[in-house]
Amino acid sequence: MRLTRSLEERLVNLYRQTKVVGGLFRSLGQEADAVGSAYALDRSKGDILSPLIRNLGSMLVQGAKPNEIIKQYMAKGDSPTRGRELNIHYGDLVRGFIGQISHLGDMVPVMAGVTLSFKMRKEDRVGLVYVGDGATSTGAFHEGINFAAVQRCPLVVVVENNGYAYSTPLSKQTAAKHLVDKAIGYGIAGEQADGNDVIATYEVTKRAVDRARSGGGVTLIELMTYRRKGHAEHDNQSYVPAGEIDRWAAQNDPVDRYIKRLLDEGFEKSELSTIDARVKGEIDRATDEAEASPMPEPRDALVGIYADPPDIEPLWFREGVKSAVEVHERPASWGTHDV
Amino acid sequence: MSEVTYLEAIREALIEEMERDSDVFCLGEDIGAYGGAFKVTEGLMSRYGAERVIDTPISEAAIIGAAAGAAHMGMRPVCEMQFIDFISTGYDMLTNYVATARYRAMLPCPMVVRGPSGGYVRGGPFHSQNPEAAFLHTPGLKIVYPATASDAKGLLKSAIRDEDCVLYFEHKYLYRRIKEEMPAGDHLTPIGKARVAREGKDVSIITYAATVWKALDAAEQVEKEDGLSVEVIDLRTLLPMDDEAIVATVKKTNRVLIVHEDTRTGGVAGEITSRINESAFEWLDAPILRVTAADVPLPYSPPLEDYVLPQTSDIVLALRKLAAY
Repeated sequence: MRLTRSLEERLVNLYRQTKVVGGLFRSLGQEADAVGSAYALDRSKGDILSPLIRNLGSMLVQGAKPNEIIKQYMAKGDSPTRGRELNIHYGDLVRGFIGQISHLGDMVPVMAGVTLSFKMRKEDRVGLVYVGDGATSTGAFHEGINFAAVQRCPLVVVVENNGYAYSTPLSKQTAAKHLVDKAIGYGIAGEQADGNDVIATYEVTKRAVDRARSGGGVTLIELMTYRRKGHAEHDNQSYVPAGEIDRWAAQNDPVDRYIKRLLDEGFEKSELSTIDARVKGEIDRATDEAEASPMPEPRDALVGIYADPPDIEPLWFREGVKSAVEVHERPASWGTHDV
Repeated sequence: MSEVTYLEAIREALIEEMERDSDVFCLGEDIGAYGGAFKVTEGLMSRYGAERVIDTPISEAAIIGAAAGAAHMGMRPVCEMQFIDFISTGYDMLTNYVATARYRAMLPCPMVVRGPSGGYVRGGPFHSQNPEAAFLHTPGLKIVYPATASDAKGLLKSAIRDEDCVLYFEHKYLYRRIKEEMPAGDHLTPIGKARVAREGKDVSIITYAATVWKALDAAEQVEKEDGLSVEVIDLRTLLPMDDEAIVATVKKTNRVLIVHEDTRTGGVAGEITSRINESAFEWLDAPILRVTAADVPLPYSPPLEDYVLPQTSDIVLALRKLAAY
């Protein structure tokens, strides 16, 4: 959680220095739900998750590195997507996370398929897909969860209810009283938990992961949290009632709550500051590396649309621009399966 | 060896690939116990079980999305759209998710989406479509559309083995109307290669799918009645398009007619015309002509459908016009 929050704070600095090319998406105030739920997966078994835009923390748990995240935001040529995709839209099957696309809900059918393959191959693996409250209104969410339910795929669907989809409050998103109630309609298990309590989040997800792994099928988890920043950094949140954000910040910050819990349980403040210092050092080094990284060679844009052919010819009015086919090959550690 | 219909050829391809590779599986609506709306997958479930021949809910987005997820993990899914008209409900998954996966995320997506396509069967507006042009515009997809039984088999086998997503359009008018002996052995038709369906020297017809047969009929008629020698190119693959074959026939005959069953505006013919314009303009002795469907949703009633869809007589008329230019 500390790494998530500090890394996002660093990205804000870079954004204000105009070093971030696109928009910046924060998970301030909801770090616990991503981190706690991701820890419920078993990386040694090859479990896979699919994060959404406010789930940076879940990717870090799976092994995503701050330098990758910063390079992604800065659109660098040696970023995980070589400058093709933005922000945290990237994945790595080896480390166990699949990159999302912007179309909300689409990752639910995809993760239904990922976990269907686990079932077909009798692998002891589980998948987890995050959606926000807004995505529950999409057709893809419904089709994906319904299909996974029928097939009893080992899938956990985490609905991160942070109150807003861009500017739209939950009351305009759905007439359902609770999003977890939708589980009944799909004939699957449903549980709701306090998403700002990292331990509660872990525990509810762990139950769902165990259920999935033991053949119990899909679980829908609604994690209650709150989005303290706008949809993206540009959003002034004019639609939020006065005092609401401050109240959550003062009374229900997941990092503050966890620190209090740790101190109550006997951890020393010095232990926590050691962690803070380690996180800062890591982010400093990542920032330096990302800033020193090259931007992509333009012609790399024509590489990798298909396996065969591996690249396409430049348009005649672009001929003569240096080829970049060999320039930014993907590091071997970001391998997928043997393709 | 006995002759095999276009439909049986598709089934043979599925069986051979499922035998060869345990990662190949099928999913779609009513494809299991029922064997599919056209019985393409008949017998597959009893052979390979419900695990590998999956009856799905009515959810094209889930079928395509789940296939993509399974394909990422190394499976080789073959999705059936009950009618290809319904592929539009999976359009988002195909164009935004599947087609971009390799490029944006280096995620392999080896999968096939197949389904009965095309008209001339009185199917009306939602059971007759040819939506290939809607996907021709999407980098990252491949599109094949066989006209013969042997290509139906060979292209499907190649599509299943391809490392990327292949949209496999199968023409339902041809399902049981044409048959031929299958080539022996492991028959693969290369993706991206057109076929010369008929050699000629005066005029070229560039076409694909069911209208290949109408083009061949028209070619025969004008040879008899006008002494014209017509070449017919069966594209077989629309994406990637076989530019070499297109340019070769333009250089040979210098007169080009493009025929397709899909509607006219924004259709495949416009793309072919543009490519010829860019790479072989000086070889043309006449403007390129198109015979296509009229720009209307395909109507049901026989006089209406026959009026809208390209007929052999339309092709004959166009050939004569081109030859006389």
